[in-house]
Amino acid sequence: MNLKADNISFSYNNNKQILKDVSLSINSNEVIGLMGDSGSGKSTLCKIISDHISKYSGEITIDGEKISNKGFYPIQLIFQHPEKTMNPKWKMEKVLNESWKPSSDLKNTFGIKDNWLNRWPNELSGGELQRFSILRALNPKTKFIIADEISTMLDAVTQVQIWKSLINYCKVNNIGILAVSHDEDLLEVICDDIVYFDEINNI
Amino acid sequence: MTKLLEVNNLSISFTQYVQGLNRHDSKVISDLSIDVNENEIVAILGSSGSGKSLLAHSLLGILPYNSNVSGEIKYKGDILDQDLKEKLRGNEICLIPQSVNFLDPLMKVSEQAIGECKDEKEYNEKKLRQREIFTKYGLDESVDNLYPFELSGGMARKVLLSTALLDDPKLLIADEPTPGLDAKSVKETIEDIKNLKEHGKGVLLITHEIDVALKTADKIAVFYSGHVIEINKVGNFKNVDNLLHPYTKALITSLPKNGFNLTEGVQPLGDVSGCPYYQNCPNRMDKCENNIPNLVNHNGVFIRCFDFEEANDES
Repeated sequence: MNLKADNISFSYNNNKQILKDVSLSINSNEVIGLMGDSGSGKSTLCKIISDHISKYSGEITIDGEKISNKGFYPIQLIFQHPEKTMNPKWKMEKVLNESWKPSSDLKNTFGIKDNWLNRWPNELSGGELQRFSILRALNPKTKFIIADEISTMLDAVTQVQIWKSLINYCKVNNIGILAVSHDEDLLEVICDDIVYFDEINNI
Repeated sequence: MTKLLEVNNLSISFTQYVQGLNRHDSKVISDLSIDVNENEIVAILGSSGSGKSLLAHSLLGILPYNSNVSGEIKYKGDILDQDLKEKLRGNEICLIPQSVNFLDPLMKVSEQAIGECKDEKEYNEKKLRQREIFTKYGLDESVDNLYPFELSGGMARKVLLSTALLDDPKLLIADEPTPGLDAKSVKETIEDIKNLKEHGKGVLLITHEIDVALKTADKIAVFYSGHVIEINKVGNFKNVDNLLHPYTKALITSLPKNGFNLTEGVQPLGDVSGCPYYQNCPNRMDKCENNIPNLVNHNGVFIRCFDFEEANDES
């Protein structure tokens, strides 16, 4: 499958345009890296592609077809700060099962311990929460993952664990990944190709 | 060199209520000792959730009410108690907080950076300096009048950084100053931190970004599950063989440019009776399960591991 963003333009309030005619294409067997300065609009692009922002011009298509906004959205965004994406009054089990019920094998692959499921989000560390937020996004209906700085807050050992499990799962299940990061060293290791944000944003 | 900050046997625990009125103390930092001299940058490197930020908060006296602190903190030889902390923080000791949530959501960012002023003269001076620092970090004049929610993650972090640097502190505690910043701003931050050192200041840099620690620090303390497990000179981090603790080695080899090696295992949650790395250690012994090794000096390197404690006993 092929995900295409065509001529995306966007501005928050009318005075300053952030994205102008941005085009991007990802295949489902690929990991594409996206690099750019802070404040340049990378996260905005991620939110547009994953339908968190809807008032933009341009088109997002999968295999040439527009994506229906009814039901499960096949492009899932994983955020930089997992603690901000979880209901603080839900226990982790409910947080995870809101999306789907992964097998215990899969939970093991992502290093999620069974006794974490009975905890509240504020009782786990960022690295532990990020494992949940990744697994939650890997619903069987997910076709593409947008990973917006998902390992910036994590130590190097956890970073390797998280990326290796995510990439393995996506290769097996034919899910494409857009990896956004400032860390060029990291992108060079995990990505098939790196796109520089300045070069695709015609501003 | 004068000792700016001296931390001896610091332990922090939280009192929590479990099941009704049963109280439970959970220890988050155990037996931590570390010094920061003038002209010195000490980096604390550790996994997320290992208690690094709590150390910073305890130095400034902003821990939550249910925390218990034991041990001794000295600043320039004087015991740093709550009164002294309140007097010094914001002037001599400054913090760059970790989370961008530390910004006041209802205050324009330039006003936050300037902070409280006695009179108009001081305000005008600080205003000039604020503009200067903002410009250096690539925040143009339109940013001055924005509110935190209008900033991107990286921009908010630059505001936090400017706020701390504006006060010209003697001791800077930088709690994760760089994640989410682009390469240019990271370089700028590193330069600023080094600059403070050149001017005789001390810096305690708390980070999980090994690269930043390697580029700035004189010595690096590695933190794991609330324990300092190794304090080593920065030069030794260039070669894995010079590092002593298995976790430190794992940390270095897992860097993208050092092989991106996978090490299994997560940090233990809650209390452990033995070595905090017991569950994941490749060289574990039986006694590691229930005994915590001491931090010992092994040829100038501080290490918390029975392998080296024994070697020292024999010699």
